[in-house]
Amino acid sequence: MAVIRDVMPAFELFQPASIGDAQALLARYGGNAWVLAGGLDSMDWLKDRIKRPQAVVDLSAIAELRGVRAMGDGLEIGAMTTLTDVVNHPTVRERYAILTEAAESAASPQIRNQGTIGGNVSQDTRCWYYRAGWSCYRAGGNICYADTPEAINREHAILEADRCVAVNPSDTAPALIALDAQMVVRRGEQERVIAAEDYFVGPSIDITRMTALEPGDLLTAIRIPGTWAGSRFYFEKIRDRNVWDFALVSVASAMVAQGGTIQRMRVVVNGVAARPLRLRAVEDAVTGKPANEATARAAAELAIAGAQPLKFNAYKVPLMRNLVKRAIRGTEVTA
Amino acid sequence: MNIFTWGQSPWGQQILQHISWDLFWAALFAGLAFFVAHASYMYLSPHRKRKAEETDAMEAARPELPTQIVRHGGVARLFHWVMAASMFTLLLTAFLPIVGIKFAWVTWHWTAGLVLTASIVFHIVHASFWLDFKSIWVGPSDLPEFKAEILREFGHDVPGPKPGKYPLGNRLYHMAIVLAGLGVAVTGLLMMKRVRTPLFTRDPYLLGDSTWGFTYVSHGLAGVALVGLVIAHVYFAIRPEKRWITRSMILGRITRREYLEHHDPDRWMVDGSVSGGR
Repeated sequence: MAVIRDVMPAFELFQPASIGDAQALLARYGGNAWVLAGGLDSMDWLKDRIKRPQAVVDLSAIAELRGVRAMGDGLEIGAMTTLTDVVNHPTVRERYAILTEAAESAASPQIRNQGTIGGNVSQDTRCWYYRAGWSCYRAGGNICYADTPEAINREHAILEADRCVAVNPSDTAPALIALDAQMVVRRGEQERVIAAEDYFVGPSIDITRMTALEPGDLLTAIRIPGTWAGSRFYFEKIRDRNVWDFALVSVASAMVAQGGTIQRMRVVVNGVAARPLRLRAVEDAVTGKPANEATARAAAELAIAGAQPLKFNAYKVPLMRNLVKRAIRGTEVTA
Repeated sequence: MNIFTWGQSPWGQQILQHISWDLFWAALFAGLAFFVAHASYMYLSPHRKRKAEETDAMEAARPELPTQIVRHGGVARLFHWVMAASMFTLLLTAFLPIVGIKFAWVTWHWTAGLVLTASIVFHIVHASFWLDFKSIWVGPSDLPEFKAEILREFGHDVPGPKPGKYPLGNRLYHMAIVLAGLGVAVTGLLMMKRVRTPLFTRDPYLLGDSTWGFTYVSHGLAGVALVGLVIAHVYFAIRPEKRWITRSMILGRITRREYLEHHDPDRWMVDGSVSGGR
């Protein structure tokens, strides 16, 4: 770990009161601006003095970025809505219980009171080699220190590693992909709506970013359609301790079944790659099949196809296999 | 504009990482500037062109020559186009992500790199044992031709030496491509040890930090040099007065008239319809 210092490097702090003002600041400072949501990821970077932005744009004063609103047959959640507010929202609890469960599994109550859903999905990876400020691939260099013979890589990727083996730490991300959510991104006058699945970027596409956000972009809201509302959900997060910890592997799924037969299903895992992985092969394989042990077993084997463990993370392979199996069977975890 | 990017090793040492991508833009600009400057010059300045009667007389004096002369054999042409395809793939996969077009480029890049390397190895063997190896190289004996070519470029009617099989510009270009191509291939093969491929066991510690930095910088410098060189190559390939050369790289042959007009028969001797086809 880098040494956390008391004094952050100097930067201009802006606290705009509207999305327009925030966008103007982001346009003015471009790549030298840092977007501050809940600050839980940001403060580490700033106090470690690894990131040294010229300007920090604090979004906490923008009221229009907060709150959960009805939209069509679904919901729109402002990017600055806290995880606690997401967890406590009655419609989310009633129709999108998987998101409630995922958001509630994040960190600790204090952190959920401060952390936002926009920040949760946009946070950077926790790879300690990267966060220590070393010049790895993700930091613009030409080596992955976590993928060396001596590396401590227990928490790193088993799938889709492409030079970098970092993993995505978000708890809400797999749930949002399972719900077919859409991310609303604004830059200037332009608004882009990106499928949650495409919002997260792997190292093969862009090794220095975790999301599709580029300098100047602002995630303003997350829209969740009614497509999967009220379906049979499964979320499970495996971590070293039961509070205040990142997932080693997590799974989120949404299933519509009729008479015991799976009509359609979405399965997403996180903690195994630099982006949450939607398991399309598994989804295709289980559609039209009974939601039973045999289907779950076959699908779980399919899920781990191509996994390449590092020196210390081979345990993630059976872990992911079992989580996918449970998601299909729908068996709740017992301690 | 930065030339290199530097990072910090876990031991706190400054280490070279790779070239600054500013150099890519500089190479692109240089290539396009050359294109514009040369095209403008060729358009605006009067140039000497051999009179038709002169070539008629030369053709009449050499009736024993075949009407079609092989300039590039089938194998040589195949090599050229395989190399061209791999080179374009390499440049596009390397630089499109830098200009903002993101895609999974790494596997495409090293696959094209292996094709390029294999074709270079093949070409070295083929040229060494089956072709006139020396005909493409440049040496001190080419200085008179160089001087004559420069004067001709500036509109002077110089009776000086004409090229053998390859014009001097071709040979100089080949020399530059050899340097950049070998540089990019050797460093690229080393860099494949840093990434996961089915071909090598990954070994990030094959070289020390500084040597890796030098390898990445050399790869980048050769790569951006190839941007300029490829622009120049494509430009000359489509210029009207050079199209006979391009055509010969497709069809393999040139006409007797083109042979006599552009080459010195004493430096590139054609025996009947058989000639050294590179």
